[in-house]
Amino acid sequence: MDTIGLYHTTIGKKAVMAVTGVALLLYVVAHMAGNLTIFSGADAINDYGRWLREIGAVWPTRVVLLVCIALHFVAAYQLTARARKAKGRYEHRRRVQGSYAARTMRWGGVILALFVVYHLLDLTVGWLNPNGVPGDIHANVVADFQHWYVVLAYTVAVLALGFHIRHGVWSATQTLGVTTSRVIGLGVAVVVCAGFLSVPFAVFTGLVS
Amino acid sequence: MKLTLRIWRQSSATGRLVDYVLDDLSPDMSFLEALDVLNERLITSGQEPVAFDHDCREGICGMCGLMINGMAHGPEKATTACQLHLRHFRDGDVVTVEPWRAEPFPVVRDLVVDRSAFDRIVAAGGYISVPAGSAPDAHATPVPKPDADTAFEAAACIGCGACVAACPNGSGMLFTAAKATHLGVLPQGQPERYSRARDMVAEHDALGFGGCTNTGECTPACPKGIPLTTIARLNADLLRAHTTRSDR
Repeated sequence: MDTIGLYHTTIGKKAVMAVTGVALLLYVVAHMAGNLTIFSGADAINDYGRWLREIGAVWPTRVVLLVCIALHFVAAYQLTARARKAKGRYEHRRRVQGSYAARTMRWGGVILALFVVYHLLDLTVGWLNPNGVPGDIHANVVADFQHWYVVLAYTVAVLALGFHIRHGVWSATQTLGVTTSRVIGLGVAVVVCAGFLSVPFAVFTGLVS
Repeated sequence: MKLTLRIWRQSSATGRLVDYVLDDLSPDMSFLEALDVLNERLITSGQEPVAFDHDCREGICGMCGLMINGMAHGPEKATTACQLHLRHFRDGDVVTVEPWRAEPFPVVRDLVVDRSAFDRIVAAGGYISVPAGSAPDAHATPVPKPDADTAFEAAACIGCGACVAACPNGSGMLFTAAKATHLGVLPQGQPERYSRARDMVAEHDALGFGGCTNTGECTPACPKGIPLTTIARLNADLLRAHTTRSDR
């Protein structure tokens, strides 16, 4: 195994992005599923949160996520810098194929990173949360999504995540050597978006209180 | 018919777009013939003709390559610039004509770019090392039909550079993948399959091409329609070359 040699190639950097991207996606899906416990009542989601801490899942997950994000970001940065240098600049240029999702991967990723910072300060640390009581996940979430601007911020971020996943899933499999149907990426993106957005909209419309 | 050709003229480090109005064109002319008409006029009036690459004018050599209205080889699918006819434009259209633009394809003059970077990628491994001798019988080495089809699909690459020109990353991955695939799926190409992938990708990267982001701009621009699946196949070979086959 020649890891360093592989990483020096553009395909190797993409493979790192693919593998870390899949790991991050698995976390995103688990997070989304966990969020849905709020529909079983305040105790359900608060107990779920407590359970995650009791089994000691929190810090190992955070470490793995941080490593994945760092690797994903560094590879993306290196590839972007390389592409900026390599690509031609035309007086007149028309896009033919590239989807919106594919074209917005880079800035979309930056937006997601900024959102994650806000999200951590909001619902993990609690500083930016109107309620901000550690452990009372239900009350914090409900306090958050009373405000239209919080709902809007989360909606924009989740849609950005959906676009990122839509191209990312297809691109990751392609990078790892298998061409899959683009419908798979779209399906995963729709499910993740619907799952994440159900909570703020349920709170905002009074379904969850 | 009448066309205004807005052509990139460059004789030194920088260039600019210059408008040429042609009003005696036939819709049956190819795009390159329109450039011929322009050049004859420029020559008779004592001006420098527009330099552009061309050879077979049958769509099979890969010499011609123009960015026409921002699209590689113009608006027609699976068509080279030499096979693009003026009937696909409207009378009176303004058509912008630029050279391929990418860091590894420096402009030589006007619409001519230096594509020898492609030759270097091929020289890095896009061949089969065998003592040639006399030609073997055609059926001496059985090739499964699906493999032959995949190889032929990739071998249709004429190396024109449209994939690089269209790529938002300036990546030459579709070309590299096509050249690695048409050998890599055939029995004769197996002994060097993984070293080929490793060496060609290393050369591709060293030449300053960008990485592939699977945006998919290349295949629609390709006059031969080389599919994106060739890139996935090259990726698989490259990953294998660096993980389990690093000895080769």
